[in-house]
Amino acid sequence: MNENTVKVRFEARPENQRFARSVVSGYLALADPTVEDLTEIKTAVSEAVSNCIIHAYKDCKEVEKCFIDMKISMKQPDQCMITITDYGKGIENIDKAREPMFSTEAEKEMSGMGFTVMESFMDKVFVKSKPYEGTEVVLIKNLDICNVH
Amino acid sequence: MKDTNIIYYRNELIVELCGEVDHHVAPGIKDRIDFMAFECNVKKIVFDFSKVTFMDSSGIGIVLGRYNKMIASGGEVVTRNAHGTVKQILEMCGIFSLMKYEEDEKEAEK
Repeated sequence: MNENTVKVRFEARPENQRFARSVVSGYLALADPTVEDLTEIKTAVSEAVSNCIIHAYKDCKEVEKCFIDMKISMKQPDQCMITITDYGKGIENIDKAREPMFSTEAEKEMSGMGFTVMESFMDKVFVKSKPYEGTEVVLIKNLDICNVH
Repeated sequence: MKDTNIIYYRNELIVELCGEVDHHVAPGIKDRIDFMAFECNVKKIVFDFSKVTFMDSSGIGIVLGRYNKMIASGGEVVTRNAHGTVKQILEMCGIFSLMKYEEDEKEAEK
Protein backbone atom coordinates (compact mmCIF):
# COMPACT_ATOMS: atom_id res chain seq x y z
CA MET A 1 0.00 0.00 0.00
CA ASN A 2 0.99 3.63 -0.34
CA GLU A 3 2.41 4.63 3.02
CA ASN A 4 2.26 8.35 2.27
CA THR A 5 5.47 9.15 4.10
CA VAL A 6 6.05 12.67 5.38
CA LYS A 7 9.48 13.81 6.57
CA VAL A 8 10.16 16.97 8.51
CA ARG A 9 13.47 18.36 9.78
CA PHE A 10 13.47 21.06 12.44
CA GLU A 11 15.92 22.67 14.86
CA ALA A 12 16.03 21.46 18.47
CA ARG A 13 14.28 24.51 19.90
CA PRO A 14 11.76 24.05 22.75
CA GLU A 15 9.03 25.90 20.81
CA ASN A 16 9.28 23.25 18.07
CA GLN A 17 7.66 20.67 20.37
CA ARG A 18 4.41 22.38 19.61
CA PHE A 19 5.27 22.45 15.90
CA ALA A 20 6.00 18.69 15.92
CA ARG A 21 2.63 18.02 17.54
CA SER A 22 0.79 20.11 14.96
CA VAL A 23 2.53 18.29 12.08
CA VAL A 24 1.35 14.98 13.56
CA SER A 25 -2.21 16.29 13.98
CA GLY A 26 -2.23 17.59 10.42
CA TYR A 27 -0.93 14.35 8.95
CA LEU A 28 -3.27 12.13 10.96
CA ALA A 29 -6.32 14.18 10.00
CA LEU A 30 -6.23 12.11 6.78
CA ALA A 31 -6.71 8.91 8.79
CA ASP A 32 -9.56 10.40 10.83
CA PRO A 33 -8.47 9.06 14.24
CA THR A 34 -10.47 9.33 17.46
CA VAL A 35 -9.73 12.36 19.65
CA GLU A 36 -8.32 9.99 22.28
CA ASP A 37 -5.88 8.29 19.87
CA LEU A 38 -4.76 11.64 18.49
CA THR A 39 -4.12 13.09 21.97
CA GLU A 40 -2.16 10.00 22.98
CA ILE A 41 0.03 10.13 19.86
CA LYS A 42 0.63 13.87 20.28
CA THR A 43 1.67 13.28 23.90
CA ALA A 44 4.13 10.51 22.92
CA VAL A 45 5.63 12.71 20.17
CA SER A 46 5.98 15.59 22.62
CA GLU A 47 7.92 13.31 25.01
CA ALA A 48 10.24 12.03 22.26
CA VAL A 49 10.97 15.56 21.00
CA SER A 50 11.51 16.83 24.58
CA ASN A 51 14.08 14.09 25.10
CA CYS A 52 16.02 15.29 22.04
CA ILE A 53 16.01 18.90 23.23
CA ILE A 54 16.60 18.32 26.95
CA HIS A 55 18.99 15.35 26.78
CA ALA A 56 20.44 14.65 23.32
CA TYR A 57 21.28 18.28 22.55
CA LYS A 58 21.83 19.36 26.16
CA ASP A 59 25.33 20.64 25.38
CA CYS A 60 24.39 22.00 21.95
CA LYS A 61 26.05 25.39 21.36
CA GLU A 62 24.61 26.22 17.94
CA VAL A 63 20.94 25.32 17.73
CA GLU A 64 20.93 25.80 13.94
CA LYS A 65 23.20 22.73 13.72
CA CYS A 66 21.07 20.59 16.07
CA PHE A 67 18.45 18.85 13.99
CA ILE A 68 15.56 16.60 14.80
CA ASP A 69 14.15 14.48 11.96
CA MET A 70 10.58 13.27 12.19
CA LYS A 71 9.12 10.74 9.76
CA ILE A 72 5.45 9.79 9.77
CA SER A 73 3.83 7.08 7.69
CA MET A 74 0.82 4.79 7.68
CA LYS A 75 2.03 1.17 7.80
CA GLN A 76 -1.55 -0.06 7.53
CA PRO A 77 -4.77 1.90 7.01
CA ASP A 78 -5.13 1.76 10.80
CA GLN A 79 -1.51 1.77 11.92
CA CYS A 80 0.78 4.76 12.07
CA MET A 81 4.52 4.83 12.61
CA ILE A 82 6.46 7.88 13.73
CA THR A 83 10.26 7.91 13.80
CA ILE A 84 12.05 10.66 15.70
CA THR A 85 15.81 10.88 15.18
CA ASP A 86 18.43 13.14 16.71
CA TYR A 87 22.19 13.33 16.18
CA GLY A 88 23.05 14.23 19.75
CA LYS A 89 24.93 12.57 22.57
CA GLY A 90 23.01 9.29 22.64
CA ILE A 91 21.71 7.24 25.56
CA GLU A 92 24.28 5.31 27.61
CA ASN A 93 21.88 2.81 29.14
CA ILE A 94 18.57 2.47 27.30
CA ASP A 95 17.00 0.04 29.82
CA LYS A 96 17.73 2.49 32.63
CA ALA A 97 16.38 5.43 30.59
CA ARG A 98 13.13 3.54 30.05
CA GLU A 99 12.60 2.97 33.79
CA PRO A 100 9.78 5.07 35.31
CA MET A 101 11.00 8.04 37.36
CA PHE A 102 14.60 7.68 36.18
CA SER A 103 16.10 10.97 35.06
CA THR A 104 19.61 12.25 34.55
CA GLU A 105 18.18 15.74 35.05
CA ALA A 106 16.25 15.18 38.28
CA GLU A 107 17.55 18.43 39.79
CA LYS A 108 15.75 20.32 37.01
CA GLU A 109 12.50 18.69 38.13
CA MET A 110 12.34 16.38 35.14
CA SER A 111 9.94 13.63 36.12
CA GLY A 112 11.72 10.80 34.33
CA MET A 113 8.38 9.70 32.92
CA GLY A 114 9.01 10.36 29.21
CA PHE A 115 9.50 6.79 28.03
CA THR A 116 6.81 5.52 30.43
CA VAL A 117 4.32 7.93 28.86
CA MET A 118 5.37 6.85 25.32
CA GLU A 119 5.01 3.18 26.25
CA SER A 120 1.61 3.69 27.87
CA PHE A 121 0.12 5.60 24.95
CA MET A 122 1.66 3.76 21.98
CA ASP A 123 1.45 0.07 21.06
CA LYS A 124 5.16 -0.29 20.41
CA VAL A 125 8.21 1.84 21.24
CA PHE A 126 11.64 0.96 19.82
CA VAL A 127 14.79 2.81 20.86
CA LYS A 128 18.17 2.63 19.13
CA SER A 129 21.07 4.73 20.31
CA LYS A 130 24.81 5.15 19.89
CA PRO A 131 26.90 7.38 22.13
CA TYR A 132 27.83 10.63 20.32
CA GLU A 133 26.01 9.58 17.14
CA GLY A 134 22.40 9.92 18.15
CA THR A 135 19.14 8.26 19.03
CA GLU A 136 16.21 6.94 17.02
CA VAL A 137 12.83 6.41 18.65
CA VAL A 138 10.13 4.55 16.71
CA LEU A 139 6.55 4.93 17.89
CA ILE A 140 3.83 2.65 16.52
CA LYS A 141 0.14 2.89 17.22
CA ASN A 142 -2.85 0.96 15.97
CA LEU A 143 -5.63 3.43 15.42
CA ASP A 144 -9.14 2.82 16.55
CA ILE A 145 -10.81 3.78 13.26
CA CYS A 146 -14.50 3.51 12.70
CA ASN A 147 -15.06 2.80 9.01
CA VAL A 148 -18.82 3.17 9.17
CA HIS A 149 -19.67 6.80 8.51
CA MET B 1 -2.90 31.42 23.62
CA LYS B 2 -4.44 31.42 27.08
CA ASP B 3 -1.91 31.80 29.86
CA THR B 4 -1.93 30.04 33.21
CA ASN B 5 -3.81 31.97 35.91
CA ILE B 6 -2.44 32.07 39.42
CA ILE B 7 -4.89 33.40 41.99
CA TYR B 8 -4.23 34.11 45.65
CA TYR B 9 -7.38 33.47 47.65
CA ARG B 10 -7.81 32.89 51.40
CA ASN B 11 -4.22 31.85 52.02
CA GLU B 12 -4.27 29.44 49.11
CA LEU B 13 -2.67 29.67 45.68
CA ILE B 14 -5.05 28.47 42.97
CA VAL B 15 -3.09 27.56 39.83
CA GLU B 16 -5.41 27.32 36.86
CA LEU B 17 -3.30 25.72 34.12
CA CYS B 18 -4.51 26.77 30.65
CA GLY B 19 -4.00 25.50 27.11
CA GLU B 20 -0.97 23.43 26.18
CA VAL B 21 1.47 22.46 28.94
CA ASP B 22 4.81 21.12 27.63
CA HIS B 23 8.53 21.36 28.43
CA HIS B 24 8.68 24.66 26.58
CA VAL B 25 6.26 26.53 28.86
CA ALA B 26 6.77 24.54 32.11
CA PRO B 27 9.84 26.44 33.44
CA GLY B 28 7.99 29.78 33.20
CA ILE B 29 4.94 28.38 34.99
CA LYS B 30 7.13 26.93 37.79
CA ASP B 31 8.90 30.27 38.31
CA ARG B 32 5.61 32.18 38.50
CA ILE B 33 4.14 29.73 41.03
CA ASP B 34 7.30 29.72 43.19
CA PHE B 35 7.46 33.53 43.17
CA MET B 36 3.79 33.88 44.20
CA ALA B 37 4.02 31.08 46.80
CA PHE B 38 7.02 32.81 48.39
CA GLU B 39 5.58 36.34 48.22
CA CYS B 40 2.20 35.29 49.66
CA ASN B 41 3.73 32.75 52.07
CA VAL B 42 1.04 30.18 51.26
CA LYS B 43 0.68 26.77 52.86
CA LYS B 44 -1.56 25.33 50.17
CA ILE B 45 -1.37 25.17 46.37
CA VAL B 46 -4.33 23.94 44.32
CA PHE B 47 -3.73 22.82 40.72
CA ASP B 48 -6.82 23.03 38.53
CA PHE B 49 -6.54 21.14 35.22
CA SER B 50 -10.00 21.89 33.80
CA LYS B 51 -8.67 24.33 31.15
CA VAL B 52 -5.73 22.19 29.99
CA THR B 53 -6.05 21.17 26.32
CA PHE B 54 -2.75 19.27 26.15
CA MET B 55 -0.23 18.12 28.74
CA ASP B 56 2.85 15.87 28.62
CA SER B 57 5.10 14.68 31.48
CA SER B 58 6.28 18.25 32.12
CA GLY B 59 3.00 18.63 34.06
CA ILE B 60 4.19 15.95 36.49
CA GLY B 61 7.38 17.93 37.09
CA ILE B 62 5.39 21.10 37.82
CA VAL B 63 3.14 19.36 40.37
CA LEU B 64 5.76 17.12 42.04
CA GLY B 65 8.30 19.94 42.30
CA ARG B 66 5.76 22.19 44.07
CA TYR B 67 4.66 19.24 46.25
CA ASN B 68 8.23 18.64 47.47
CA LYS B 69 8.65 22.33 48.30
CA MET B 70 5.29 22.60 50.10
CA ILE B 71 5.84 19.38 52.11
CA ALA B 72 9.25 20.67 53.22
CA SER B 73 7.56 23.75 54.72
CA GLY B 74 4.61 21.86 56.21
CA GLY B 75 2.15 22.80 53.48
CA GLU B 76 0.01 20.80 51.06
CA VAL B 77 -0.81 20.48 47.36
CA VAL B 78 -4.20 19.53 45.95
CA THR B 79 -5.05 18.54 42.37
CA ARG B 80 -8.43 19.25 40.84
CA ASN B 81 -10.48 18.56 37.70
CA ALA B 82 -8.09 16.44 35.60
CA HIS B 83 -9.65 14.46 32.74
CA GLY B 84 -8.75 11.93 30.06
CA THR B 85 -5.12 11.78 29.02
CA VAL B 86 -4.14 14.49 31.52
CA LYS B 87 -5.50 12.40 34.41
CA GLN B 88 -3.81 9.24 33.04
CA ILE B 89 -0.43 11.00 32.97
CA LEU B 90 -0.80 12.16 36.59
CA GLU B 91 -1.88 8.64 37.61
CA MET B 92 1.17 7.06 35.93
CA CYS B 93 3.56 8.34 38.55
CA GLY B 94 1.20 7.96 41.48
CA ILE B 95 0.39 11.62 42.10
CA PHE B 96 -3.07 10.76 43.41
CA SER B 97 -1.64 8.52 46.14
CA LEU B 98 0.57 11.40 47.31
CA MET B 99 -1.96 14.19 47.37
CA LYS B 100 -5.64 14.94 47.52
CA TYR B 101 -7.70 15.00 44.30
CA GLU B 102 -11.06 16.72 44.01
CA GLU B 103 -13.62 17.58 41.35
CA ASP B 104 -16.02 20.51 41.20
CA GLU B 105 -19.65 19.45 41.00
CA LYS B 106 -20.11 20.86 37.50
CA GLU B 107 -16.86 19.23 36.32
CA ALA B 108 -17.80 15.83 37.78
CA GLU B 109 -20.91 15.77 35.59
CA LYS B 110 -18.84 15.91 32.40
